[in-house]
Amino acid sequence: MRLLIGLLLSFMVAAAIGLGSTWYALTQNLAFGPLALGAWTAYPRNGTVGVDPYAHAAIVRNGELPVGVGDGIAFTATTDDAGHLLDGRCDLRLRGTTPPARYFTVTLYSPAGRLVANSLDRYGFTSQELIRDPNGEFEIIASPRARSGNWLPTGGIDSYVLMMRFYDTSLGIATRAGREAPMPLLQLENCR
Amino acid sequence: MIRWLAWIAGGLVMGGIVHLAAILILPRTATRDAYARLSALAPVNGFAVLPIPTPDVSSVPFMDPAFATAVCRYDLASGPIKLTVPVSQAYTSVTFYTRYDVAYYAINDRAAGRRSIELDLMTTKQREDLPDDEEVTAADRLIVESPSATGLIVARAFSPEPSLLAAATATLAAAQCRPA
Repeated sequence: MRLLIGLLLSFMVAAAIGLGSTWYALTQNLAFGPLALGAWTAYPRNGTVGVDPYAHAAIVRNGELPVGVGDGIAFTATTDDAGHLLDGRCDLRLRGTTPPARYFTVTLYSPAGRLVANSLDRYGFTSQELIRDPNGEFEIIASPRARSGNWLPTGGIDSYVLMMRFYDTSLGIATRAGREAPMPLLQLENCR
Repeated sequence: MIRWLAWIAGGLVMGGIVHLAAILILPRTATRDAYARLSALAPVNGFAVLPIPTPDVSSVPFMDPAFATAVCRYDLASGPIKLTVPVSQAYTSVTFYTRYDVAYYAINDRAAGRRSIELDLMTTKQREDLPDDEEVTAADRLIVESPSATGLIVARAFSPEPSLLAAATATLAAAQCRPA
């Protein structure tokens, strides 16, 4: 009887720990080898055969097709530089320059990876569309209400994800953080 | 007391094994992965142009709306595949995924040059079986080895502004992947 209860206890602990930690790993994005530049994070290895098992499981579970390393690199931001979650009811100032690449795109998604509906059908910017300052810097304002300049509508959703993808770039697995890859700063303000 | 702690410790070890096994097995059991989602849209050994993502429709999550996308679901069981993707005005890339969505190779128009990206896709076995004549090893014939017999080829054509998206889509409509 004791043996039975012991075994049962063991199996319960095993199931709870095993499945709980698996669920946690898949939802918290525990991939190895992140390239973090400010609020932006990329996983260059996800676009290679060297993708780690955690990242691979998460990619398959979400049904994504990662950007291949010979194509480009994808950076994701879910918070601003101060660590506040990106909230569609606030204004987000995205300002600065980018690492060298032939083209880049900035896109706003819901956390599930859908585009966010808005009256302009504006879901992001390409590097060719941006209005820039004379010094080459640019500023995008993601906001629920219309703005002059580079306005990216948020649709007022609770939380969103920004992705910057760089195509035909030298950025990749060998990139170390810092000066060689200046990413735009993110600042959340005017929350309502 | 010690006995119960031993049972719990055993459970923890088993839990670790369950965790590792689940992570490793998951890619092979997922039914809503990108390959499954695109199977309904893409023919075998032929390209299908995917709809441009909108807030309501997105073939896979996190698609870049500035790109036209075409997908070929390949099957190398009956022999190698010959791939031809015309290059669009701005930027064109081709990425190869295994059956389990690992991006094992990607090439863009700069690396490929010319007016189209042309290459042969085959398994390691099929490459070994190729006759060793000079034509085959000629530099202009790019060969890519697929780690799996099936998988996805995804061609993407960039549209720097929305008005050029139709042209990028038209370019990809001429993409071909068929048995060599």
